[in-house]
Amino acid sequence: MPDQLLFALEVTANGLMAGVMYSLVALGFVLIFKASGIFNYSQGVLALFAALTLVGIQEGQVPFAHLINAVTGLHVTEFGWKVPALLAILLTALVMVGLAIIIEKLVLKHLVNQEPIILFMATIGMAYFLEGFGDVMWGADIKTLDVGLPQGINETLESVTDKALGYGFFVDNLDIVATVVAVMLVTALTLFSQYSKQGRALRAVADDHQAALSVGISLRFIWVLVWSIAGFVALVAGIMWGSKSGVQFSLSLIALKALPVLMLGGFTSIPGAIVGGLIIGVGEKLFEFFAGPLIGGATENWFAYVLALVFLVFRPQGLFGEKIIERV
Amino acid sequence: MNDMTDGYMTADGRKIGGVVMELKNITLKFGGVTAISDISFDIREGEIRAIIGPNGAGKSSMLNVISGFYIPTEGEVWYRGARRPQMRPYKVAQMGIARTFQNIALFDGMSVLDNIMTGRLTKMKKGLFAQAGWWFTGAAKEEDEHRAKVEKIIDFLEIQNIRKTPVGRLPYGLKKRVELARALAAEPSILLLDEPMAGMNVEEKEDMCRFILDVNDEFGTTTVLIEHDMGVVMDLSDRVVVMDYGRKIGDGPPDEVRNNQDVIDAYLGVAHD
Repeated sequence: MPDQLLFALEVTANGLMAGVMYSLVALGFVLIFKASGIFNYSQGVLALFAALTLVGIQEGQVPFAHLINAVTGLHVTEFGWKVPALLAILLTALVMVGLAIIIEKLVLKHLVNQEPIILFMATIGMAYFLEGFGDVMWGADIKTLDVGLPQGINETLESVTDKALGYGFFVDNLDIVATVVAVMLVTALTLFSQYSKQGRALRAVADDHQAALSVGISLRFIWVLVWSIAGFVALVAGIMWGSKSGVQFSLSLIALKALPVLMLGGFTSIPGAIVGGLIIGVGEKLFEFFAGPLIGGATENWFAYVLALVFLVFRPQGLFGEKIIERV
Repeated sequence: MNDMTDGYMTADGRKIGGVVMELKNITLKFGGVTAISDISFDIREGEIRAIIGPNGAGKSSMLNVISGFYIPTEGEVWYRGARRPQMRPYKVAQMGIARTFQNIALFDGMSVLDNIMTGRLTKMKKGLFAQAGWWFTGAAKEEDEHRAKVEKIIDFLEIQNIRKTPVGRLPYGLKKRVELARALAAEPSILLLDEPMAGMNVEEKEDMCRFILDVNDEFGTTTVLIEHDMGVVMDLSDRVVVMDYGRKIGDGPPDEVRNNQDVIDAYLGVAHD
């Protein structure tokens, strides 16, 4: 096989992996949108907050250390213990559930039956609040996240492909892990939403609040459930992206990459989030590979958005979104 | 009215039981507007109880009070001999009161089967984590049992052929039937129907009438219904409450209500016999 083709294959493989990372973020959006019709602007910040909390717990940081020090004149920074990665992840998941309960109590509960735009504005507020709250709680410095995920190039894959094709594929170990985790997460979430009792209740609430109440579904329970799951997905996304590029404010901006994914896959489809992510991931890598040199490169920054725009024109509900049927 | 303490026999020979629900001096105000003023009546085991009245008489508000969607400004709701505390609509549903809506409230994106399965939610006991276990925790078995019950209702209401169709695609009359099916799936102790025949053609109305009677016959379901069509009400119901401007102006068997002068004035004024 010519080297050019092999290289394109490698680019595609890397694109797929990058796409999975986008999908992880998009998933959180889809979950909340499906269950409550809210476009949750704060999803990216949730991922940042989850990653910050995870690092904080793992490193044994004292939460609100700066605040405590400023008020009391003490100099506390750390508890002096390290928490094992798995336990820290579990604790962070609990924190995210707690956050979901607080969000429901302080925000959503008071906005029942409001227009979607009002709920959307509320999530913008939440995003800014959480961003600041995360900083106050854990400090604003850039942190490294290490939960023991393999880093670097997968050497096995490289040597195998080198022997077989005479060309070693460079694939990041972390990307492979992310792919496996994302596939598991999506399978679990799809099964949950399609077959479980709570999943059915969740879809019911998304469709019609009144009707859901009339069959005995507690809206508040479902909202807490959905935001907890979205928090958990944010945690997974935070772990993957945090391990890749460190935990810092820019982590919350990955949400922007999720937008074109959502437009492609459809706001209401869990598999759509995955397929959309893959298309964007592969698309932007291949476009950069083939067309990049012709037009001066750096196409990865805008390609996804242009693709999403084209989709909006021809298929506004996305690839897998529910077709809008309007009976007149 | 026959014996008020131990029930009564209907004209067609069905035995009606004791009081399931009693509404005592219900008043409902929205700001300065009084939707319901000081209305009392009871609902007995196994009967078909109709609430009729002109538009804006407060019928739907009454149904919303019973199903917990509205909280009465004054008055008490007694259920099975105990005063019902103020509770949210989903709690009321969990107590066994199922309802349909005037404007149809179904889950349009879900299939007919899934819609009706939501009616079983109050009967499903397995929790979140048991669901995750599926085959190991018996959640799969529970799902199958409920599915069987739902299939029975689907057969009963003759909607087998649309089982997998998304509800959003169905015509109006069938949607109404699916909504009834969902309410029935909960095996309610009181079934509330808000204008089950509104907007239907004659044939659909006859079907719906038959279903309501069959349901009552087959499962002994206590039914409270709101209806405009006087013919339908007189055929269907055992006892009728007549409302006008938020007040109760008549209460009794159809024949008695039909001859009540207040009712004739307010609502049946068109009858010249």
